[in-house]
Amino acid sequence: MSTTSSSSSWATLLRMARPRATRANVFGALLAILLGFAIATQVQQTNQSGLEQLREDELIRILDDVTQEQGRVSSDIRQLEASRDRLLSGVDSSSEALKSAQERLDTLGILTGTAPATGPGVVITITDPGHKVTAARLLDALQELRDSGAEAVQMGDQRVVADTWFSDADGGITVSGHQIAEPYVIKAIGDSATMASAMDIPGGVTDSVRRDGAQSTVRQLKRVDITALHSLEEPRYARPVPAPTK
Amino acid sequence: MIPLLGLVGGVLIGLLWGPDVPLGLQPYLPIAVIAALDAVFGAVRAVLDGIFNDKVFVVSFLANVVVAAFIVFLGDQLGVGSQLSTGVVVVLGVRIFSNVASIRRHLFKA
Repeated sequence: MSTTSSSSSWATLLRMARPRATRANVFGALLAILLGFAIATQVQQTNQSGLEQLREDELIRILDDVTQEQGRVSSDIRQLEASRDRLLSGVDSSSEALKSAQERLDTLGILTGTAPATGPGVVITITDPGHKVTAARLLDALQELRDSGAEAVQMGDQRVVADTWFSDADGGITVSGHQIAEPYVIKAIGDSATMASAMDIPGGVTDSVRRDGAQSTVRQLKRVDITALHSLEEPRYARPVPAPTK
Repeated sequence: MIPLLGLVGGVLIGLLWGPDVPLGLQPYLPIAVIAALDAVFGAVRAVLDGIFNDKVFVVSFLANVVVAAFIVFLGDQLGVGSQLSTGVVVVLGVRIFSNVASIRRHLFKA
């Protein structure tokens, strides 16, 4: 084809596109507007991309996916709930263990003198201005108290425990190396009536102290506070024997 | 110029108004748009071939749209709607390409 033919093609196109009051132009414009409107609307609709323009089989596939996902997630939920319950019961049992350990700690603290103690008991006051009472007498008193069920004992400002010892010193008595001031005050927690009668039996502590030439009074109290503490020392030689394995 | 301006004006109206496509028309509008495009390119080719007829254009435009929509509707009723939509798009696409090729030969001699 020649160049003139090409330009005539363009001319034909332009002539047809030129505004003319023909039916063809009116219809062409109307249909073009309709087409443009439809394109824009459809593009916007596609961009919204909601579920509503999907076909039935696609919706079924999505529903299947969601159902599978739900099954997976609910099995996850069950597992997590089970582990949560396990952890919660673990908290319970460990708090139980903590409680029993605390009780054991309290008992051992009173026994070893590392914890203050309070309860009913007796307070024995031995007034001895002439320093006639010996350490052996105090040891007797302690023995008598333990015999009658004393659970915690304090002499002067010293807590009496398993390794407490007594010694005579110049002008007084030492308890575990610490001199205690006269009058000697002995506090003991336990059954106050039993301990008081143990002190007062003939030939008992009160009797002996009086024979030594000193005075002894026993008071039964509803509440005796033993506040002196004993500091534990690591044993140098003794080692616990391991519990036999079953 | 007039058809091109009409196209642009229609796009603008659609963008500014932004109507929701009614649910019943949603499967058919894309196919109808493709069919209308086929008719438009066919018309341009007819103009260049010198055989353009306004009546033929209007009828073919509307008939294309209606037939395409009807085919999709039929496909939906038969349960092969998506396949048939694809088929219609392919056929119309091929026709559009051949029309565009013819137009190109007329305008660019290539």
